[in-house]
Amino acid sequence: MKRKLLGSWEIKKTNTSSGLKKVVISVTSIILGLIFAGLFVLLTGKNPLELYTEIVQSSVGSIYGLSETIVEMIPLALCSLGVSLAFRMQLWNIGAEGQFYMGAFGATYFALFFSGLPKLVLLPLMLLAGLICGGLWALIPALPKAFWNVNETISSLLLNYVAYLWIAYLVYGPWKDPKGNNFPLTKPFSDNGTIPVFGNTRISYALFLMFIIAVILFFILKHSKWGYEIRVSGSSRKAADYAGMSYIKNVLLVMFLSGSISGIAGMAEVSGVLHRLQQTISPGYGYTAILIALLARLNPISILLVSFLMGGLLVGGYSLQTSGFPSSMVSMFQGSILFFVLAGEMFNNYRLVRKKA
Amino acid sequence: MKLSKKISISTLVFVMILTLLLSGCSQSSKPAATSDQGSSQSAGQKIKVAFVYVGPVGDFGYTYAQDQGRKYLESHMKNVETTYVENIPETADCERTFTDLAQKGYNIIFGTSYGYMDYMKDVSKKFPNVVFEHCSGYKTTANLGTYFNRDYQARYLTGMVAGKYTKSNILGFLAPFGTPEVIRNIDAFTLGAQSVNPKVQVKVVWTNSWNDPATEKTAANSLIDAGADVLAMHVDSPSFAQTAQDRGVLAIGHDSDMSKFAPNSILVGDVSNWGPYFVQVVKEVMNKTWKPTQYFGGIKDGGVIDITPFSSKVDKDFQAIVNAKRQDIIDGKFVPFTGPVYDQNGNLKIKDGDKATDEMLLSINWFVKGVVGSIPKS
Repeated sequence: MKRKLLGSWEIKKTNTSSGLKKVVISVTSIILGLIFAGLFVLLTGKNPLELYTEIVQSSVGSIYGLSETIVEMIPLALCSLGVSLAFRMQLWNIGAEGQFYMGAFGATYFALFFSGLPKLVLLPLMLLAGLICGGLWALIPALPKAFWNVNETISSLLLNYVAYLWIAYLVYGPWKDPKGNNFPLTKPFSDNGTIPVFGNTRISYALFLMFIIAVILFFILKHSKWGYEIRVSGSSRKAADYAGMSYIKNVLLVMFLSGSISGIAGMAEVSGVLHRLQQTISPGYGYTAILIALLARLNPISILLVSFLMGGLLVGGYSLQTSGFPSSMVSMFQGSILFFVLAGEMFNNYRLVRKKA
Repeated sequence: MKLSKKISISTLVFVMILTLLLSGCSQSSKPAATSDQGSSQSAGQKIKVAFVYVGPVGDFGYTYAQDQGRKYLESHMKNVETTYVENIPETADCERTFTDLAQKGYNIIFGTSYGYMDYMKDVSKKFPNVVFEHCSGYKTTANLGTYFNRDYQARYLTGMVAGKYTKSNILGFLAPFGTPEVIRNIDAFTLGAQSVNPKVQVKVVWTNSWNDPATEKTAANSLIDAGADVLAMHVDSPSFAQTAQDRGVLAIGHDSDMSKFAPNSILVGDVSNWGPYFVQVVKEVMNKTWKPTQYFGGIKDGGVIDITPFSSKVDKDFQAIVNAKRQDIIDGKFVPFTGPVYDQNGNLKIKDGDKATDEMLLSINWFVKGVVGSIPKS
């Protein structure tokens, strides 16, 4: 396919796209995105270089900043791994935020009502509860999708609000700390219900979970027969049916696993960072996770890297303000980077070439 | 398959690097090094004061009022440098913001939302030489104090105006969350309205957010549809007043003077004026006399809470009645929560002649008789 552009240049479709080229394009896109965002900083009369320095300085420039970046990275990466699995099968699970909240709900149930159990029993129970609650929450949109082909994008998105309100009901109602002066918080988890942290940072051992899940997903997707099934079912249901793969079974299983990983993220957040359940436990991790999954092209390992970058951007964003930059700068940065990365996507499949005379 | 092998090797390297970095983290003890900065300032040096806001300074309500206080502080004191951060959610993120500010050498840090409470408590322990002041909470430490104003005094007065000017005897109230602060304000507003109009009812709608102008507009419309002809609220923005004006009903402002947003609707409002308190705290810190207290200032304490000027729609005679009540509150002759006060189910909560204690006011979780709506609870 050839399309006409200006003068002696034309855009040509290319069939090959090497790994190196992909990386070069991604990195270039991100840099262009940063430069573009920098132009807006200039408009506000500030020096963009100062802003970049501040972001880098505060997110990775000190041990504290780095540790906080990793604190943000854990929920982002877990949710993103969750949605990426569903995206592999072209199941558009936009419900990571809700699955995250439901995971936190399941974990909190055990933390509050079985707080006397020893740590080695209670934590696995909480993990299991978070996993199952997140997974079941994702099954709700999966069932109508599997049996009646109901669009899962909208149903999974709308369930986020249901989960949020369910948590609101609990913290304002039955789970409210009786000694908390009527403030909408549960009572703090007992020591047995909290995941240990590294030294005096806020990074919990959930970090290991993140790596383990990423590696497992990587091998499932690249090396297992089931990973192949997922991809085939995603690209064509008919092909999957001909090959004797059960589409319905795979939709349900993939959505359950996808939700359960976000559920684990929710468990890790309440048990590892917040140590209690409250109305707002996520500043939108489940939504940023979708962005990360797409930027990372659904590759579990790239997801870890992109989550680290996004975590750094979040951490840097909060401290930008203390240096006198407006708070909306970071959203603008994210938008700008996404725009350029999506636009850069074109160069993976097309090439600008000089027309032969 | 070569490529995937390469990737799994790079994964391993990545994991190893992270592990190394982490072990570095656990060995260092970062707060100790920086927390000395707070104490090292002498009389000649500038005091650095930071404010952490839950909403944008441009909300023209709650956060706006706090930021006006910051500006007041800056213009009324020499040797003071202030900064603020806005839109800081009440999640784990806020702990980082407080830590960040303490590490950057701020001497006094004000946190203005109740959800910061436990995070401020934790951070205050890590930075013993930094003074923390938390608005609307109840937990203190050796260097964390709390401050709030007796909002219910002004609420009672604005409630009187609402009760006087309703024709339908239905007042609408937009409420964010069922916290004691919000419930106390709704109750005081209702008691004030009932004092001039015993038939009045207050309908409550929950918006589940401190600052969500779109939902507030919808909620305002639903209250007007339900018959309310005077609206009040305890959220952060003035959008409800614009809706009131569009629909031709009246409104009562909150936190800052909102009359410019809906001059035809706003009758009066309460206004928080934090500046003098901020100045007091900074002076105490400079003189090294600051102690963590639970400040709860009223109308008599120099404007930390008061009512705005009346709109011309409120007739002079009635203005005089409200002003007389205001004077009684200042003189201590009148307390808005004076018994008999009944809850929604008709249970006597405050006995005849008794007055609510501060403890009761700060943890109140029941609506007075005349409020239509329920507090989300078990």
